[in-house]
Amino acid sequence: MVRGVLEKALRDRRDAGRKLLVPYVTGGLGRDWLEVVRAVGAAGADAIEIGIPFSDPVMDGPVIQRASAEALNSGATPSGIIAALARADAGVPLVVMTYYNIVFRAGHRRMARTLAEAGVSGAIVPDLPIDELNGWGDEASSAGVETVLLVAPTTPRSRLKAICARSRGFVYGVGVMGVTGERASLSATALKVATVCKEETDIPVLIGVGISSPEQAREVIAVADGVVVGSALVHRLLEGAGPEGAAAFVAELRAAIDA
Amino acid sequence: MSIGGELMRGPERHGRFGEFGGRFVPESLVPACEELEAGFESAWADPAFRGRLDDLLGHYGGRPTPVTECGRLSELLGIRLLLKREDLAHTGSHKLNNVIGQALLAERMGKRRLIAETGAGQHGVAAATAAALLGLECLVYMGAVDVERQGLNVFRMELLGAEVRTVQSGSRTLKDAINEALRDWVATVETTHYCIGSVMGPHPYPYIVRELQRIIGDEARAQCHELLGGSDPDVVVACVGGGSNAAGTFAGFVDTGARLVGVEAAGGAAMTNGVPGVVHGMRSRFLQDEDGQILEACSVSAGLDYPGVGPEHAYLGAVGRAEYPSAEDSEVLAAFRLLAETEGIIPALEPAHALAWVVREAGKSIPKGSAVLMTLSGRGDKDVALVRKLTQ
Repeated sequence: MVRGVLEKALRDRRDAGRKLLVPYVTGGLGRDWLEVVRAVGAAGADAIEIGIPFSDPVMDGPVIQRASAEALNSGATPSGIIAALARADAGVPLVVMTYYNIVFRAGHRRMARTLAEAGVSGAIVPDLPIDELNGWGDEASSAGVETVLLVAPTTPRSRLKAICARSRGFVYGVGVMGVTGERASLSATALKVATVCKEETDIPVLIGVGISSPEQAREVIAVADGVVVGSALVHRLLEGAGPEGAAAFVAELRAAIDA
Repeated sequence: MSIGGELMRGPERHGRFGEFGGRFVPESLVPACEELEAGFESAWADPAFRGRLDDLLGHYGGRPTPVTECGRLSELLGIRLLLKREDLAHTGSHKLNNVIGQALLAERMGKRRLIAETGAGQHGVAAATAAALLGLECLVYMGAVDVERQGLNVFRMELLGAEVRTVQSGSRTLKDAINEALRDWVATVETTHYCIGSVMGPHPYPYIVRELQRIIGDEARAQCHELLGGSDPDVVVACVGGGSNAAGTFAGFVDTGARLVGVEAAGGAAMTNGVPGVVHGMRSRFLQDEDGQILEACSVSAGLDYPGVGPEHAYLGAVGRAEYPSAEDSEVLAAFRLLAETEGIIPALEPAHALAWVVREAGKSIPKGSAVLMTLSGRGDKDVALVRKLTQ
């Protein structure tokens, strides 16, 4: 199997002894969101997850809900965000995260090609479990877009095996039972999910959902290959952190996992 | 072969009704949906479970509900209008059929906490009732707009010991209450049963809710035979938001020659104006823009204020077995008043949509003298204050 750009980049870095950091930025949030993407790329991200906002984000907590609503209210569209990503020049692979209706409405083939043409390496579609992946999964693969699958704390072992085998780019371990959002402390499930995924697969295993601070990121990478940090960053963007503030937070996370 | 003999039995593999249905949920919820599917299959095949459900629906819920033949209104419309009286069931609507079944199922699966979404409040009240009856904890999500227009039902749920959580996100109506319930469930699935109120959501919900509601159609079929000298009605009509009372009604008549009609609110007509999409765990028809962003439904009736529709209705519409017209708020208010004045029955605004269509079509696409069975899915007490405000 030929490995995609995203998986190769993450594997190479991991195999060189580096822990992986994937920050999440809501596409279309504020006029300077593309600047934020670039700043985050320069501040130590190994890949960047870009949220394409959806009207009904059931996997997201209050922070990303608010960011999605603000982006949509200011006129953000999937095609506008993807077109902007084509000129992002972030220096690291880009992965979009969106809900399946956005993909379904565009059409599998059209969405896969549009992403590929914009230079987007991967896609995360949290409400499209492995059982329903056919259609999108095939079109994405043939366009060269890596579909990252999620493993939850409730995923039984046999199913986890199948998900790890089918996931491309990396495996996204959901660290906590719940929606995206900051948590005061790291859930014990985060390390459990990381441990079982690492036992099953050699593909990079990143843990996301509920990783809010440099300390928590550091705890998780004791087992996992890396972390995805979303709400904690978007929260700062909603408070006006801008590209500089986002870069400073990402640098802080970077320093914590490199220490 | 009887017409529609294969319809409303399945679903097919992966919870599909043709191209519709399925299970599009975050990975965290997949095991719970599988557990629920297995739990329901085992319960539904268990005579003890069925016996307890029937006993509660009878001695507690007031079933069977009667079919009332309208005298004055039938004469006025030139048809024979029969009403399946779900308004007379305990809690005042058909919603109890579903929640008693799901609450018993939750109990059987060892889940002591119920969450539910509600629009008009009827499902929330029913869920709170079933929770009180079985001693379960109950939390109901309700959009802020609906809390405002159905304040009395909020108080009812609280009287029944449930907590009502006001949802401020999105359009602050039913779809957002569902989003919030799903978010809760993602976090609490190991101890909590999500008691969905309609034939919607991920597999197995559309199937479970239809099976729990088919008692409406099964009873009505036998009652119609009695009233119509062994015949089935010519037309069977019910209102459709998500579509649970219509699904339950249609299930009893899908293999007859009856014309099946589900009436949507004009402001939430997913069958007329929606296009295929995947939201709330199911592939169905939704009001949405060209990018796939879901649009807000807008109706006088909170219970029909949903931009989607249950997947089996999308399928019945696609194969042509049922039709799904819509009714405007103004004709609904007129029908509401008409039933009160001619039959002494104040309907909920939701079934007033079905009646509005009957009034519009009687003597037109419903030929004079036709026998029409309409499911009166709930009573109108909850809507009286709103109708007063709107018509004064």
